[in-house]
Amino acid sequence: MTITDQRPGYRYVGTRPVRHDGLDKVVGKARYAADLVLPGMLYGHILRSPHAHARIVAIDTAAAEAMPGVRAVITGADFPELPADDPERNTTRNLMARDKVLYEGHAIAAVAATSQRAAKAAAKAIAVTYEVLPHTLDIREAMAPGAPLLHDDVFTTGLDSEPSEPSNVANRTCYERGDIEQGFADAAVVVEGEFVTKAVHQGYIEPHACVADTGQDGKTVIWCSSQGHFRVRSQTAAMLGWDTARIKVIPAEIGGGFGGKTTIYLEPLAVALSARAGRPVKLVMSREEVFRATGPTPGSVIRLKLGAADDGKITAAKAWMAYESGAFPGPWAMLGCMCVISPYNVENFLIEGYEVVVNKPVNVAYRAPSAPMAAFAADTLVDEIARRLDMDPIELRLLNCPSAGDQAPYGPKWPRIGLRECLEAVRDSDHYRSEPAPGHGRGVASGFWFNIGEASSATVNLNENGTATVVTGSPDIGGSRASMALMAAEELGIDVYDIQPVVGDTEVVGFTDVTEGSRATFATGMAVVEACRDLKRQLCGRAAVMWDCDSDEVAWSDGQATHRAGEHEPLALAAITAEAGRTGGPLGATASLNARGAGPAFSVQVTDVSVDEETGRVTVERYTTAQDAGTAIHPDYVEGQMQGGVAQGIGWALNEEYIHDADGVMENPGFLDYRIPVASDLPMIETIIVEVPNPNHPYGVRGVGEVGIVPPIPALANAVYDATGARIRELPLSPPRVLAAITARNGDGG
Amino acid sequence: MRYAAPTSVAEAVALLGTEPNSRVFAGATDLVPQLRAGRPEPGVAIDLKKIPRLTSVAIDDGTWRIGAAAPTSDLTANEALTADVPGLVYASGLIGSDQIQNRASLGGNLCNASPAADAVPPLLVNTAQAVVAGPDGERTVPVADIPTGPGRTSLRPGEFVVEFLIDRPPPGTADAYLRLIPRTEMDIAIVGAAARITLDADGSCVAAAIALGAVAPTVITVPAASGGLIGQPIDARALAAVAAAASAAASPIDDKRGTVTYRRQVAGVLAKRAVAEAAGRARNGDGP
Repeated sequence: MTITDQRPGYRYVGTRPVRHDGLDKVVGKARYAADLVLPGMLYGHILRSPHAHARIVAIDTAAAEAMPGVRAVITGADFPELPADDPERNTTRNLMARDKVLYEGHAIAAVAATSQRAAKAAAKAIAVTYEVLPHTLDIREAMAPGAPLLHDDVFTTGLDSEPSEPSNVANRTCYERGDIEQGFADAAVVVEGEFVTKAVHQGYIEPHACVADTGQDGKTVIWCSSQGHFRVRSQTAAMLGWDTARIKVIPAEIGGGFGGKTTIYLEPLAVALSARAGRPVKLVMSREEVFRATGPTPGSVIRLKLGAADDGKITAAKAWMAYESGAFPGPWAMLGCMCVISPYNVENFLIEGYEVVVNKPVNVAYRAPSAPMAAFAADTLVDEIARRLDMDPIELRLLNCPSAGDQAPYGPKWPRIGLRECLEAVRDSDHYRSEPAPGHGRGVASGFWFNIGEASSATVNLNENGTATVVTGSPDIGGSRASMALMAAEELGIDVYDIQPVVGDTEVVGFTDVTEGSRATFATGMAVVEACRDLKRQLCGRAAVMWDCDSDEVAWSDGQATHRAGEHEPLALAAITAEAGRTGGPLGATASLNARGAGPAFSVQVTDVSVDEETGRVTVERYTTAQDAGTAIHPDYVEGQMQGGVAQGIGWALNEEYIHDADGVMENPGFLDYRIPVASDLPMIETIIVEVPNPNHPYGVRGVGEVGIVPPIPALANAVYDATGARIRELPLSPPRVLAAITARNGDGG
Repeated sequence: MRYAAPTSVAEAVALLGTEPNSRVFAGATDLVPQLRAGRPEPGVAIDLKKIPRLTSVAIDDGTWRIGAAAPTSDLTANEALTADVPGLVYASGLIGSDQIQNRASLGGNLCNASPAADAVPPLLVNTAQAVVAGPDGERTVPVADIPTGPGRTSLRPGEFVVEFLIDRPPPGTADAYLRLIPRTEMDIAIVGAAARITLDADGSCVAAAIALGAVAPTVITVPAASGGLIGQPIDARALAAVAAAASAAASPIDDKRGTVTYRRQVAGVLAKRAVAEAAGRARNGDGP
């Protein structure tokens, strides 16, 4: 179902062609990085720390180097030490530990050998002497005085006075407006609570993989799966101390990223091994390595207090938000602070955020990073306000809903946004208008995500037969190739299947930032449209040559050049490209831009759950999500993104968590005990695409990849409360936790 | 590691006798993940699936003979077996995904000796026997005597399970198995419970057995819970007593999959529900 604000009549945009890359993926022919085999290729294996926190006293690689089949062994000593202020310093120290290991799974050495077996055996033969240090995994413990210190050079920034002692708290962020004391004094209802979430993993199906082939000329070619091969190039260059010109990165197909492939883990190691051995080297992570060494999204502790007047208007908000960042500092608490009350107009607030390092893998983005934890706190408390005031939870949200011109909590004035439309779409949905089934509980929640623009490049080449090739630098993680083809088809007026969308390597297409922040269809799409518009001007010029008239006598409409005065029969695109050799040569255009004006995204969701009161098991019975897409270029993939975000949010809410033993070793590094949802865990997730076009994009695109994961946690927690009367403020809502809450409720006389 | 595929029980026994560092497997659905996780490789991996007796499923003079290596998908597809022991067949169908079901076997499920093995509680309530082959010939032992602890069995060196024997249940009898997993499939039981109930014409219980998985080092039977049912109708009072007795009999551990408190509580709930489901089947004539 689609609810459209206003939409011009498009011919291709908004249709649902089969994606160009679909068939090869379905039949197993698509090539991922791990599929590549080169002549003479070696296999790499990484030795990882068994300790959560330890000083490296000595590494002896002699025995490993002497083993049969071993061609190269590297350690941290083989990479340059970057200066303290280098933005990639922590990346390089994450990829290969230097003086200390900071989490279980931290890489400490790597081997390349003629077989996987030989590489693994050699890695085992590397002798590492550790001095095991006390570790800390918990935010509150890591913040406490006397906690084991991860870094002696991290001093809390953002405090009123400069601290004299190093700390696990890397930064304090603060957003403040109005007078919160007055705001709470004006409140008829005040609700507050502490909300705790665990680290969770992005759970992409494809483990990280790459092949690097370093030549005698000192240049290297990397094939890898990533969300952005230009960042792979720059980060690899930084870690090796190389000029980026020595590195070419060829993007392989990607089997899911969700933010987790916005950084690198393997590539510089593969290049260094390949350079030393003089042969190509492949590195492929196991699932266990993915869990032990790659980015979870942070665990968090959030204390939130909201006040509301008796008419439901929120008068004040006070938040204390601590986010883990893993072994090195990150921006996660800051992002949480910016999101926490953004779906609401609040005049008085004080929001503080703390970034806390702990002995876990370095946190990486995960679909609207930091927003779901913040929404858990905010939308649970908003639900409590609605109950206390006996108001409908959607009406309460409509009453507090920001719109264009209101000031967002993090500073700027909101542009045209579609939150109100999403709230109304859910309110008017069949789902919300029907009563929950007997025994089912219902929950509602909303969510916000910024979306971003950044740099993108596109090259569009017209072939002599009138077809087109669209080359962009954006790895396609969610159907963006199909979107690029649709926008190009709309511009050029040729069939979408006559357009071949391609993801180009770092040497065939202009610089393009990572596919992140829901930006590919927005920003890279803008570059595609710009290149197509350039081409249309060129096509008009070629028609003018063919007609022997001035080019301003020619206009482009509906896929053909027309003579404004009607003196010539219109020329289809293919008729012009067929004559291109005669009229000035091949037709192609390139656009590179910094996309500005990304449209903020909102989603509103409703779910019905049943809870087995004797076992605490939660079953998601019904789910509806509304999301403002701006314009849905390819509705199938918009719906897919909406459903995918909800599915991951359900997993996060109900079962996913990192479990560690007393030594800080992860106990569930696999999909058996790290429980992402399976298909039969999910109901059909009904989608309502809301289209409030983004005025800053030629087709009104906002970006749809992320915001869908923001509301599920509070929606499910609110539904569990509705079903059971038990308010649960800690994730996951796993059967033992839900049963304990129900038991406690019964003990309270509930 | 070498691979061998004997085609007779005798050949497999001989191979095990001459290759001390060997290991038998059926579907290898436990063996392969264990090797990948770094467990030492056997010198010879002996595939039992090529021995016809180990993969056949047949009823013979009122006794079911289920090959130890028969894929569980052969059990779930067998309507006669399902009519006789619906709980055992249901439990067999819970082990892994559809693809795994084409490999996984009851013999593997038993001899992997996980306390959470889904097929073992229903084997126990049906008093299944295992035919074991080894250097001293064949012997028949109660299935309950085979697992001795997590990952450990009473099988002697050179022995393996050939087949299971289950007497066709008497009229008025049915079994049931339930497990608690946080997901809906592809998971390992936090608690499992099987029950077999025989009712007389008046609906009074004349025979009962209850077994619990994942609440002790091995799957356990709970005579304290089943004994109280004899001579009683299966009503709310009887079920509450089953739940209390099952919770009391459980002696679980805290681990990544569940806590002591939770497992104890849920053991009672599942035992009660399994009894009710088995009794319902027995009452409706859904059993043999």
